[in-house]
Amino acid sequence: MENRQTNAVQGIQGLVFREDLIFEQSAPGRVGYSLPAAEVPEIPAETAIPAHLLRDEVAGFPEVAELDVLRHFTRLSQWNYAIDLGTFPLGSCTMKYNPRVNEEAAKIPGFSRIHPYEPEELVQGALQLMYELERYLAEISGMDRVTLQPAAGAHGELTGLLMIRAYHASKGNPRRKVILPDSAHGTNPASSALCGYQVIELKSSKEGVVDPQAVAEVMDEDVAALMTTNPNTLGIFEKHIQTVSDIVHRKGGLVYCDGANLNALVGIARPGDMGFDVIQFNLHKTFSTPHGGGGPGAGPVGVKAPLMPFLPVPVVEQDGDRYRLDYNRPQSIGRVRAFYGNFGMLVRAYTYIRTLGPDGLRRMAETAVLNANYLLHRIKDYYEVPYPERPMHECVVSDKHQVEHGVKALDIAKRLIDYGYHPPTIYFPLIVKGALMIEPTESEGKERVDRLAEALIQIAQEAEKDPETVLRAPTRTVVSRLNETRAAREPNYCWNGR
Amino acid sequence: MRYIPNTDADRQAMLEAMGLTTIEDLFSGIPKGLRLNGPLSIPKALSEQEVLRHMRMLAGRNANVEDYAAFLGAGAYHHFIPSIVPVLTSRGEFMTAYTPYQPEMAQGTLQAVYEYQTLVCQLTDMEVANASLYDGSTGVAEAVLMARRVTQRDEVLLSEAVHPEYGAVLRTYLQNLGMRVHEVPVDGAGQTPLARVREELSARTACVVVQSPNFFGVIEDLSGFAETLHHEKVLLVQAVAEPVSLGLLKPPGAWGADIVVGEGQAFGNALSYGGPYLGFFATRDRYVRQMPGRLAGETVDTEGRRGYVLTLSTREQHIRREKATSNICTNEGLCALAATIHLCTLGKVGLRRVAELNLQRASYARQQLAAIPGCRLPFSGPTFNEFVLETPKPAGDLIQQLSAHRLIPGIDLGRFYSGRSHQLLMCVTEMNPREDIDRLCSAVSTAIRAS
Repeated sequence: MENRQTNAVQGIQGLVFREDLIFEQSAPGRVGYSLPAAEVPEIPAETAIPAHLLRDEVAGFPEVAELDVLRHFTRLSQWNYAIDLGTFPLGSCTMKYNPRVNEEAAKIPGFSRIHPYEPEELVQGALQLMYELERYLAEISGMDRVTLQPAAGAHGELTGLLMIRAYHASKGNPRRKVILPDSAHGTNPASSALCGYQVIELKSSKEGVVDPQAVAEVMDEDVAALMTTNPNTLGIFEKHIQTVSDIVHRKGGLVYCDGANLNALVGIARPGDMGFDVIQFNLHKTFSTPHGGGGPGAGPVGVKAPLMPFLPVPVVEQDGDRYRLDYNRPQSIGRVRAFYGNFGMLVRAYTYIRTLGPDGLRRMAETAVLNANYLLHRIKDYYEVPYPERPMHECVVSDKHQVEHGVKALDIAKRLIDYGYHPPTIYFPLIVKGALMIEPTESEGKERVDRLAEALIQIAQEAEKDPETVLRAPTRTVVSRLNETRAAREPNYCWNGR
Repeated sequence: MRYIPNTDADRQAMLEAMGLTTIEDLFSGIPKGLRLNGPLSIPKALSEQEVLRHMRMLAGRNANVEDYAAFLGAGAYHHFIPSIVPVLTSRGEFMTAYTPYQPEMAQGTLQAVYEYQTLVCQLTDMEVANASLYDGSTGVAEAVLMARRVTQRDEVLLSEAVHPEYGAVLRTYLQNLGMRVHEVPVDGAGQTPLARVREELSARTACVVVQSPNFFGVIEDLSGFAETLHHEKVLLVQAVAEPVSLGLLKPPGAWGADIVVGEGQAFGNALSYGGPYLGFFATRDRYVRQMPGRLAGETVDTEGRRGYVLTLSTREQHIRREKATSNICTNEGLCALAATIHLCTLGKVGLRRVAELNLQRASYARQQLAAIPGCRLPFSGPTFNEFVLETPKPAGDLIQQLSAHRLIPGIDLGRFYSGRSHQLLMCVTEMNPREDIDRLCSAVSTAIRAS
């Protein structure tokens, strides 16, 4: 079969994939749908709705038979790399195994086919699940209360910051600033700005951690919060966290924990014990819900008691053996989304926590930290290690040695694709030039960590002896490097061929 | 533990290679006082079969919409999901992939996103769509923030018939940003009157937000809206909570909307007690740099082969940080994929047919219910698959009574609007067979006569 437009051959030819857009595979009259008979009078639309409120048929919409839809998306899926295919060591993303039993649980009709506006007596199981999950997350993090409403980590950050602001406002001064380290993830300042806060960036110490001195210099009664991550984006434990928290608290400020790196700490230590007042969880990281190619995630937020009055509404409460949704929260920041949360992801995370139990969760964190340290140990003679402190669940190296041969972090990443791996996070955190942030997770066995290390070592050697190979990479993929400049300069976001 | 391959022997070997003795050595950097002394107080691990049994038990305490005859809408719609949708979205290559930052190994995701963006543009008759936001409610908030950036103004006119929870979320997002929200009430037809909007417009109005079909199920007539607003340099934001309606109704782009935002759950995504859902967002080309969210664009590789990449990333938080158009990172990728597959399966004809079927079933129900003595339709405007029924009995009582018959007739509007506690918001889709509709009418009739 040929593509009418490009004359390129379609379908699978050995290892070559070509896949037209679904619109290019459309033919008039082809159908993929199935609908029941009306059973009621089949009134024409014009008799119920004035003609000027109606449309013509949707121009350009596909007309494809069911098998062709199935083939199209099956083939497209084969162009993707995914956790199910191999190691995915993206730092800060915690690309661990997405257990299928979680999917089975989420599919159960009593979870997947319940409407958010059913009367509460008819959804007691859902409310119980939410209530219990909140308590597990509170226990894991050392917080007093949790909301499951936010749809993702960034959404949770915004929710946490809104509560911080409401707390300060209730004391007479909402304050105007948020301080955060220069190693912070971009969502942190973006969320702060959305909340109306001015962002002050702190220079990390030469050990890569938040410097108590730097905090003390900027901390005043106009700073609402310090926003940080522990372990931080270098994978290093913030050893001054208690001191830093004291400095902030003494001026009436609060301390926010970006919980993206919680995989390092579960069962080992708790953010709530370190001085943090608020934390957002990323269920699609630590708690194994699948990344889905860009979501859905879930970003619950845990708070200490002083912030509880400000939690989003509604809140799940328990009265004896009944659960209910409480809307009577006069100091609440309001809703951060319609309905109650990404419930389907909550079911998955709940299933995961019930599967692992306390011992499994602890072993998860221990192994995540062990794997990252072992990996670093194996590659440290080949890649510059910018900070000597022992990392936790992720390690950061740089391209410093390779740059001497004209090879950059981007090139190393692209070459790793040829070796069959998704690259680590590159150019983040910003405080390390040419950073590669590697997080194997606990899902990888020793031999896989070894193989990843060996691939990285080989690339380092290639960079030295045969840099062209690295610069040309990837060559074993369906497409080679794509022209991103052209995508920005010649906008094409929507198929327009009719 | 079956998710964690490394055995104690593996751990020993790895520790030894690093010159360490125990796992404890790895955590020596954490102050002793912070170390937990015992296991977390959560329930002990369950085997796979036990955990499933537990989950089924919990799920068994919920009434699902296939065991009950439910007539619930209001931003979450019970539609048929073709079998191939979950089969495809549960493929590991889609489900366990990451955001496509490394496009060479993510062309599956990226091409699907491009197709999704195209479908949204076609449905809404707009020029560019993003790769998804969280849901309809946060989408409205993002649309208003975008209107603020574009117009540099700080007031919003919000129809009272926009989903009240969308309005609530908007207010939460705006609370610290110095923006004011003014509500515009509907008229007797249940529509937002242009005359009233015109009265409320000021030099500070950034945008007007309307929803169609609106929360009362009424289809808005937006004749004259775009012209009036654009004359004052105000943006028209149209929200769509039930996008199946776009199979029949004049699309927002044709009304002159500047931003279209909505809830895509109705396409391919389970009800799932309110999430995960799908915020779709579309606008005009000239505003693309102010648009929030990810965007896929077409390009070529070094060999001239067509491919797709995420583009215009300088709008986003990982590049622009506090100056980003939004803080959004993880969005609703797999939900957008489900919607894409669903729409491709429905196709041009199927989309229209399912919309017609919804209209027909709902019209039948509406007519039967309005004929019950004591009941009336408080709004005279045209509806699609949702409508409000006024009853002599409080809606809450009716709902409670009917649940004993495994019927959920609708939503008590009094829960959202004061003075409407005798009004039921009812939704009928292709998933409500005539038999259930008749049973509903009979039960409502009986319940009313009994009082």
